[in-house]
Amino acid sequence: MNITLRVWRQKGRGDEGRMVTYKVEDVSQDMSFLEMLDVLNEKLTLAGEDPVAFDHDCREGICGACGVVINGVAHGPETTTTCQLHMRSFKDGDVIDVEPWRAKAFPVIKDLVVDRGAFDRIIQAGGYISAPTGTAPDAHANPIPKADADRAFDAATCIGCGACVAACPNASGMLFTAAKVTHLGMLPQGQPERAARVVKMVNQHDEEDFGGCTNIGECAAVCPKGIPLDTISQLNKDLLGALASGKL
Amino acid sequence: MTELYIEGDPIRDEKAPEGPIEQRWDKRRFSAKLVNPANRRKLSVIIVGTGLAGASAAATLGEAGYQVSSFCYQDSPRRAHSIAAQGGINAAKNYRNDGDSIYRLFYDTVKGGDFRSRESNVYRLAQVSVEIIDQCVAQGVPFAREYGGLLDNRSFGGVQVSRTFYARGQTGQQLLIGAYQALERQVAAGTVKMHTRHEMLELIVVDGRARGIIARDMVTGEIETHFADAVVLASGGYGNVFFLSTNAMGCNVTATWRAHRKGALFANPCFTQIHPTCIPVSGDYQSKLTLMSESLRNDGRIWVPKKAGDQRDPRQIPEDERDYYLERIYPSFGNLVPRDIASRAAKNVCDEGRGVGPGGLGVYLDFADAIKRMGRPAVEAKYGNLFDMYQRITGENPYEVPMRIYPAVHYTMGGLWVDYDLQSTIPGLFVTGEANFSDHGANRLGASALMQGLADGYFVLPNTINDYLASGPFEKLDENTPEAKEAAESVRARINKLLSIDGNRTVDSFHRELGHIMWEYCGMERTEEGLRKAIERIRELRDEFWQNVKVVGTNDELNQSLEKAGRVADFFELAELMCIDALHRRESCGGHFRAESQTEDGEALRHDDEFAYVAAWEFTGTGEQPVLHKENLEYEYVEMKQRSYK
Amino acid sequence: MANSTLTKQRSTAFKSTVALKSAMAVTGGILVLFLIVHMYGNLMIFGGQEVFDEYSHHIRVIGEPMLPPEGALWIIRIVLLASVLIHAYAAFTLWARARRARPAGQRYQTRRKPVQQTYASRTMRWGGVILALFVIYHILHLTTNNIAPGGASDSPYERVVNGFQIWWVLLTYLIAMIAVGFHLRHGIWSATQTLGANKASRQRVLNITATAIALVITVGFLIPPFSVFFGLVS
Ligand SMILES: Cc1cc2nc3c(=O)[nH]c(=O)nc-3n(C[C@H](O)[C@H](O)[C@H](O)COP(=O)(O)OP(=O)(O)OC[C@H]3O[C@@H](n4cnc5c(N)ncnc54)[C@H](O)[C@@H]3O)c2cc1C
Ligand code: HEM
Ligand code: HEM
Ligand code: SF4
Ligand code: F3S
Ligand code: FES
Repeated sequence: MNITLRVWRQKGRGDEGRMVTYKVEDVSQDMSFLEMLDVLNEKLTLAGEDPVAFDHDCREGICGACGVVINGVAHGPETTTTCQLHMRSFKDGDVIDVEPWRAKAFPVIKDLVVDRGAFDRIIQAGGYISAPTGTAPDAHANPIPKADADRAFDAATCIGCGACVAACPNASGMLFTAAKVTHLGMLPQGQPERAARVVKMVNQHDEEDFGGCTNIGECAAVCPKGIPLDTISQLNKDLLGALASGKL
Repeated sequence: MTELYIEGDPIRDEKAPEGPIEQRWDKRRFSAKLVNPANRRKLSVIIVGTGLAGASAAATLGEAGYQVSSFCYQDSPRRAHSIAAQGGINAAKNYRNDGDSIYRLFYDTVKGGDFRSRESNVYRLAQVSVEIIDQCVAQGVPFAREYGGLLDNRSFGGVQVSRTFYARGQTGQQLLIGAYQALERQVAAGTVKMHTRHEMLELIVVDGRARGIIARDMVTGEIETHFADAVVLASGGYGNVFFLSTNAMGCNVTATWRAHRKGALFANPCFTQIHPTCIPVSGDYQSKLTLMSESLRNDGRIWVPKKAGDQRDPRQIPEDERDYYLERIYPSFGNLVPRDIASRAAKNVCDEGRGVGPGGLGVYLDFADAIKRMGRPAVEAKYGNLFDMYQRITGENPYEVPMRIYPAVHYTMGGLWVDYDLQSTIPGLFVTGEANFSDHGANRLGASALMQGLADGYFVLPNTINDYLASGPFEKLDENTPEAKEAAESVRARINKLLSIDGNRTVDSFHRELGHIMWEYCGMERTEEGLRKAIERIRELRDEFWQNVKVVGTNDELNQSLEKAGRVADFFELAELMCIDALHRRESCGGHFRAESQTEDGEALRHDDEFAYVAAWEFTGTGEQPVLHKENLEYEYVEMKQRSYK
Repeated sequence: MANSTLTKQRSTAFKSTVALKSAMAVTGGILVLFLIVHMYGNLMIFGGQEVFDEYSHHIRVIGEPMLPPEGALWIIRIVLLASVLIHAYAAFTLWARARRARPAGQRYQTRRKPVQQTYASRTMRWGGVILALFVIYHILHLTTNNIAPGGASDSPYERVVNGFQIWWVLLTYLIAMIAVGFHLRHGIWSATQTLGANKASRQRVLNITATAIALVITVGFLIPPFSVFFGLVS
C-alpha cells in the first residue's frame, strides 16, 4: 500500500520544527510502524537527506524506548507500543501524522526523539527499596499474599515509555509515578520507606514541570502495559496518608 | 588453515584457586586484597553498560563507596537489553525439595555447556545463584508467587528440577528494574554518575593498564575522554552481527571489540546460540526477530508437509501428508529436544524445500491437537499472552491456523577472555555479563544468562575488583596524556572517514548482507568450505563498505546512521574472527555444529582430546592473522560425556 | 536521608499538585453537599408560598438567640465562599500548570483524538467557569434580587415564580444545570479517585453512583423552574 506521512522534523533542541510530508510506497501490511519508518529512512539516506530520527531499541514492546504520537494518539490506534503497531492497522492511501511526545518535561532532542530523563530523576528521588547488596534475608522470609503480589506486579509492568505524559491533556506524569509507588508500596519490603517515597517522588514529579493530574484518564487508555488508573488513586491515598500521619 | 591464524602460547587462568571446588570462591575472596572504606572514595571505576551485569555492579560498587561512572547508549539505563528476557532465572534454592543443590546446578550447567566452560567458575555461579534471588526479592522484584505467598518455580529447558524463578513472561524486565532502581538510588546519593546516550568508542590503555574510555555524546556528538582507575565492560552480546536476531537494534560489539583491538583476548567468538522458536521473517524490510517462549514446545507439535513446495493451507493438508519430523527422528524427546537440535532439524527440512510461509523459511507449530485434548480455554490460560503476541506481529490467529516458527540467533557465549576475577588480559579491564566469554561454555542453558549477569555484577566483581584497586589510585591523567589524545584522535578520524565516504549504499544494506553471509555460513551448521567462502565475502564486503557506504549528516548532532555505521564497521572485523574460530574448531559442540563432525545419527560430535580448550584470540590488525592462545580445560568433578537425546 | 530534608520534603508536598487537587476534591465535596440540601429546599416550593418562605426565613434564624440573626447562614455562607475560592484557586493553579507543562510552541500539530476521556472530564474547567458565573448571576437574581426580570419581591417564593415564567431566565438556568450535571458527573467520581478511594474493582460502582447523584441533582433543581414555567406552581 501507499502511505503519506506528515512527520515532525526538528534539527536540534532549540530549533524550530515543522511538519514535513513524505510519500512511502510499497508498504507491506506486515511491516511494523518502525519498519515503515526504516523504509522511509533508507530512501531519504540514498537521496542524501537527513533520515528521521526516532528512539527505539528492543522492537518487541518491552524496553519502552519507542513512542510517537500517531494521528493524535500516543502509540497510535492500537493499545500497544509503536514498535508493535503494524501497518495492517492502516489503509492504502492513508495520511498519517507523526509527532514526538509533547511536554515541557520531555524536550525534543531531534525530530521524534525526546529527552525523558525526568522519569529517571523521579525514580532517583525515591523509586526504590533501599536494599544494599548482601544485606538481604532469605527470599522466603516474607511471604506475600498473592493479591498484593499481583497488584504490585500489575503496576511493575510499566516500561517508562512516557505515552501517559504524551496523552495527558495536562502533560502529567502521574500514571508513571503512581505505577512505581503502587509497585513498591504493595510489598512488605517497601513499607519502611513508603511514606517518604511517595512524598519525594511527587515533589520530584512537580519539580520536573509535569502538569498536575486532574483524573482525565487518557493516560491509562493509551498505556501499552495497561497500568490501571487506580494506581493514581493509590498514590493520592499514600500521599495524603503520609501528610496526615506526620511520620516520615 | 594456518594461513588464517597463528598459534601462540597457551594461557592460564592465574587467579583460579585450587583445592576442593566448594571452597575455591571463599579462598579467593580471602586471598584478595581489600580496600579500606575511606580509600574507596579516591578510587574511580568506569562501567560501560547498564544491563543486569552493569547496573548491578554500578549499584554495588557505588554502595561500597567507589566513584562510579556508568554509561549506556540508550536514553535511560532501564532500557538495556536485559529487559527483553522472558523466561526466568535459575537458582539452586531447592525450594521444591526436588533434589536440587548447588552441585546439581553446577553439574547441569557444565554438561549443558558441552564441557567447554571452567568448572571453578560454574561452581561459583551456582553458589552465588542463591544470594541473587534473596537480593532481588529484597529490592522488590515481583517474582511469581503461589497462594501461600511463597515464590513459585518452574522447570526449564530439559532440566529435571524446578529451579527457575520467573516474573510472568518478563523476568528480565523485573530483574533489570530492580537493578536500575538500586543504580538510581546511588545516582541520587552521588556515588554513581550516569551518562546516558553515550557510546563507548575506544578504550584508553596507559602503561599497560586500562585507564579510561573515549565516549561520544550521542546528542551533541562531542568526543569525551573519561578516566578511571579501572574499567568494566558490561556491554552485552554481539548477536546483531547476524543482522536479524532476537537482540535489540542497538546491541553491538563495539565496546568489547575496541578493547580487543587494544590487547584484550576474545574467546570462543563462534559460540552462538540459536533459539528454535522465533517468529519467522516475513519480508526484506524485517528489522529484528521476536522470540517466543520455548514453553510452547510442551504442547505444540512441530511439522512440515511431506511434499516439497506444498502450498496448501495447512488445515487442508491431511495427517498422512504431514511430517512431524522431531517426533519421527527423536521419538523419546520428540518436540522437546534441546535448542540446537530443534533448530538444526528445522533448517534441514527447510533446506529440503519443505519449509512453509514466505520464503519457505518456517515450520508449523500446531496447537490443533492440544486444543482438542485440553480445550481452548486451557490452552488460552497457558499460552494466551504468547498467542496474542504472535497474532499482533503476524496478523494470523494461532488458535485457528498453526503458528509458523523458525530459529533465530539469540545469545552469544563468546566474548572477551577473563580470568577467575573477571579481569581481561589488559590489567584493570574487567568484563561482566554476556560481554565476557562467560560460564556457559559452548551452549547456554535457558535461564542461565540472567543468573550469570547478576552473579557477576552483584557478587563476583565487587569482591574481585578490590584486589586490583587496592594497588591504586593510579597516576592522575588528563586529556593531554598521549595515549588518551591518540585514542580520541583515532575516534575522530574514524568518524570523519565514515562521514566523508559518501558512497551509494546505506549502512543497513551492508549490515543486512553481512548478516546473510553469517547466517548462511556461520549459523546453525558450519562447514569448512562455507566458512572459507564466508571469510572471503566478508573481506570483500568490508572493503566495499569502506568505499561505498553513505552516512548522511554531521557528527555534531544526534546521528543515528553514524552510530550504526560505527557498529557495523566493527561487526565486519568480528565476523571474520568468528568464521576463523569456527573454522579452526573442527568439532561440533554445543551451539557450534560442524557438518564434518557428526555422529551417524547426525548429532554433534565433540573431540575432547583435541578441542577441550578455550580459544582466546589476539588481535594483530584488521585482516591480519590473529594469534590463537589456548586455555586448557580440565574436568575433575564432572565426567565428559557425549550428549544423546534419542 | 537526613530528617531535616524529609521535613522539608514534607512541607513541599503540602503544596504539591496532589495536595492541590485534594483540596479541590474536599471543597468540591462540600459544594455537592450544599447542592443536595439546596435542591431539597427548592423542592419545598411545591408546599406553597408559605412553606417556602418559612423555610427561607427559618435558615435565617437558626441558632438564635445563641447566634445573631442570619448568624448560621453567614457561617454557611463563609464556608461556601471559602470552598468556592479554594476550589477555584486550585483549579486555576492546576490549569496554569498544565499550560506551562505543555507550553505554546510545544503543542501538538494534529488535533489529539481522545481515546477514552469523557466529554464531562474534558469540560471540567470551562464548566466550572460557567458555574462560577452562574452563581454570581444567580445570587444577584434570587438572593439580592438586583436582577429581577419578572419583578422584585420580598418573598423568595414570588421571586422564583416571577422569574421562571420568563423563557430566557428558564433557559439560562437550564444551561447552568446541565453544566452542573456534567461537572458533577465527573467531579464526584474524580473526588473519590483523588481521595484515594478508587480501586479497579470499585470503578463501576463509583461511576454509577456519580452519574446517579449528578442526575438527581440536575433533575431535582430543574423541576421547580419548569413547574413554574408550565404553570404548575403559581
Ligand atoms: C529475547 C531474549 C530473551 C532472553 N531470555 C532469557 C531468559 O529467559 N533467561 C536468561 O537467563 N537469559 C535470557 N536471555 C539472555 C539474557 O537476557 C542476556 O544475556 C543478558 O540479559 C545480558 O545482560 P548484560 O547485562 O550482559 O547485557 P545487556 O543487558 O545487553 O546490556 C548491555 C548494556 O551495554 C550498553 N552498551 C552496549 N554497547 C555499548 C557501547 N558501545 N557504549 C556504551 N554502552 C554500551 C547498553 O546500553 C546496555 O546498557 C534472553 C535474551 C534475549 C535477547
Ligand atoms: C434551578 C435551580 C435553582 C433554583 C431554583 C435556586 C433557587 C434559589 C433561591 C430561591 C435562593 C434564594 C434563597 C433565599 O434567599 O432564601 C437561592 C440562593 C442561592 N443559590 Fe440557588 N437555586 C438554584 C440552583 C443553584 C445552584 C446550581 C447553585 C450553585 C452552584 C446555587 C447556589 C445558590 C447560592 C450560593 C445561594 C445563596 C445562598 C445565600 O447565601 O443566601 N443555586 N437559590
Ligand atoms: C460552585 C460549584 C462547584 C461545584 C459543586 C464543584 C464541584 C467539583 C467537584 C466535586 C470536583 C471533583 C474534585 C476532584 O477531582 O477531586 C470538581 C472538580 C473540578 N472543578 Fe469544580 N465545582 C464547582 C465550581 C467550580 C468552579 C467555579 C470551577 C472553576 C474554575 C471548577 C473547576 C473544577 C475543575 C477544573 C475540576 C477538576 C479537578 C479534578 O477533577 O480534580 N469548579 N468540582
Ligand atoms: S504508565 Fe504506561 S504509558 Fe506511562 S510510562 Fe508506564 S508503560 Fe508507558
Ligand atoms: S490523563 Fe492526565 S489528568 Fe491524570 S488521569 Fe491521566 S494523568
Ligand atoms: S522499541 Fe522497545 S518498546 Fe518499542
